[in-house]
Amino acid sequence: MQGFLGVDVGSVSTNLAMLDADGGVISYVYLRTQGQPIMAVQQGLMELEAKLDGSVDVIGVGTTGSARYLTSVVVGGDIVKNEITAHAVAAGHVVPGVRVVLEIGGQDSKIIFLRDGIVVDFAMNTVCAAGTGSFLDHQSARLGIPIEDFGRYALGAEKGALIAGRCSVFAESDMVHKQQVGYKLEEIIYGLCQALVRNYLNNLAKGRDLAGPIAFQGGVAANAGMKKAFEEAINQEVQVPEHFSVMGAIGAALLAKEEKLLEPGPSAFKGFGAAKIDYRTSSFACGGCENNCEIIKIVVDDETLARWGGRCGKWEVDIIRRQHLEPIGADCSKCG
Amino acid sequence: MLMTFPQMGHVEQLIGDILERLDIDYMPPPRTTAKTLALGTKHAPEFSCLPLKLNIGNFIEAMEAGADTLLMAGGKGPCRFGYYAELEGRVLRDAGYDFTMVTIEPPSMGIAKFVRPIKRISGKSTRQIWRALKEGFPKARGFDMLEKRVLETRCFELKLGETTKAHKEAMATLVKAKTPAEVEGAIEAGMRLIDAVPCDREQPVLKIGIVGEFFILLEPFVNFDIEEWLGNRGVLVSRSVYITDWIGPTSKNPVAGTSDAELTELARPYLGHFVGGEGVPSVAHTMLYANEGFDGVVHMFPFTCMPDTIAKAIIPRVSRDYDIPVIHFTIDEQTGKAGVVTRLEAFVDLLVSRRRAKRAVNG
Repeated sequence: MQGFLGVDVGSVSTNLAMLDADGGVISYVYLRTQGQPIMAVQQGLMELEAKLDGSVDVIGVGTTGSARYLTSVVVGGDIVKNEITAHAVAAGHVVPGVRVVLEIGGQDSKIIFLRDGIVVDFAMNTVCAAGTGSFLDHQSARLGIPIEDFGRYALGAEKGALIAGRCSVFAESDMVHKQQVGYKLEEIIYGLCQALVRNYLNNLAKGRDLAGPIAFQGGVAANAGMKKAFEEAINQEVQVPEHFSVMGAIGAALLAKEEKLLEPGPSAFKGFGAAKIDYRTSSFACGGCENNCEIIKIVVDDETLARWGGRCGKWEVDIIRRQHLEPIGADCSKCG
Repeated sequence: MLMTFPQMGHVEQLIGDILERLDIDYMPPPRTTAKTLALGTKHAPEFSCLPLKLNIGNFIEAMEAGADTLLMAGGKGPCRFGYYAELEGRVLRDAGYDFTMVTIEPPSMGIAKFVRPIKRISGKSTRQIWRALKEGFPKARGFDMLEKRVLETRCFELKLGETTKAHKEAMATLVKAKTPAEVEGAIEAGMRLIDAVPCDREQPVLKIGIVGEFFILLEPFVNFDIEEWLGNRGVLVSRSVYITDWIGPTSKNPVAGTSDAELTELARPYLGHFVGGEGVPSVAHTMLYANEGFDGVVHMFPFTCMPDTIAKAIIPRVSRDYDIPVIHFTIDEQTGKAGVVTRLEAFVDLLVSRRRAKRAVNG
């Protein structure tokens, strides 16, 4: 069977998804990045290889997430795409007619608006930790409740305690206060979900029209309390796709499939053996001008595979490309 | 006396030229870097905008290298820039520096306020100053015109970096030109050099207009070299602000192609009064780019900038009414490029798929 591999390496999680030629999910892997993206990708490749057991011939690879360029070098990517586009593509594929994508990841959150399958608007928040998965993680550790159980607790509440959601510092002090005056844990946890939703809608949706179908994805969508809080706040059904936690990887795989239509040819995929290659990174100061940029390079056996980090682009290898402005599959000689 | 002034785009070449014509000794500050920013944020009030912080950083670096006279522009209107000369002077004196501050007010505040400080430091007559400015201005315009041509060329180049290389060469020739004839010749030669860059001008390209606050738009260090970044990805970039347009807002022949009066008139249905800075122009240019068939607009301004914060609240309506996507970037001390790049990549993707969809409908 032929397959397309998508790899999404974010600050918190690393996801790999293998799709068949029709875009159906064959298998996937979800891991924690733990600050070591290369190791996480290699671990992911090994786990995926074990699951597939040689049944798939990889003919296209896409990478996304904040470590997308690094990942592309490690696995041999055919296309590198930002996570906003990847999530939109995946949602459009999985949720028919989707018009709004709510995505909450470990350290950022996004909202994406689509019309007829095309992204028409988006917003992304990386400045503020309130409203992302890391804050929920932090609170679950503080309350001593595993993050996996957060949703169950939240659904156990009849109503949420009012928690300030503007800022994670305010939220935390509010939660401590509500605990000390005797609110139930369930109410506090659901109140926290409601606060995150309020924060998200205020910072990202900003009064824009939230017409369904609405998809909710990203690691935080595992929390049923968040889904319920969203539905209450916007008074509409919110769909959580089956593979909500690896939608970025699914999107990257779909983009690889599209790329192979645009630029047919063998994949740059290095094979699952890439999990065993000894990739090393090092850095040096450029010194070419007064900016004195720190340049990161990735090396295998004294061979430099890629460099980046400079302001001017002089060290960057092969990231720059032209845009395909013609409809996919159209005969471009006619369009002119 | 050794004069210095803040860095911003190619202002170093422009002011340097005028000061040479007035026989004033000067030394530009080192180009703005992360160190400049660190110095600026250390001394500037926390809530001031990024341009003030960088100005202060530039002045400190220049004084440490021997400059003792600081040249700064004044201004009027609601934008805080008008009092930055005064504020920067006070901040630097509080920090223990000793210097002379020379503030040049815009000619619109009275020609005397504009000329008097220049007379005092240069010892030249009004007539000599007038002549220096009259001869220097076409050269300043030349720098702007070269930049504009570069933006219109880079997206078509066949080999990455050729346009930037031609631009550097053209700038170096123009910097040396002095007499009106030399300046004219250098501008023409520069244009020819940029036009000679091997290009494929037949290929379709995306068109993005850049609007917003002028310091952010003009200084590559703070706008993450957005023009080059987009150009390298095959996007034709149009910038709405040029230095000489800003110096002479009533110019009959602006580099960007529109005068302040036209912009004010155009923006009236959305923003009917002056709000300082680039508030009105940001709104008007977004409308213009939509009318000219651009694919999208990037709006950039410093965090806490009042005029462009007003524009940011209004532009979404323009974007809806004129059906043109706009992305906003609020620029502060962050030097990490990743966040900006991720959003820009997604914005370009959005524009590409819109163009494809239109193409599929219109054939």
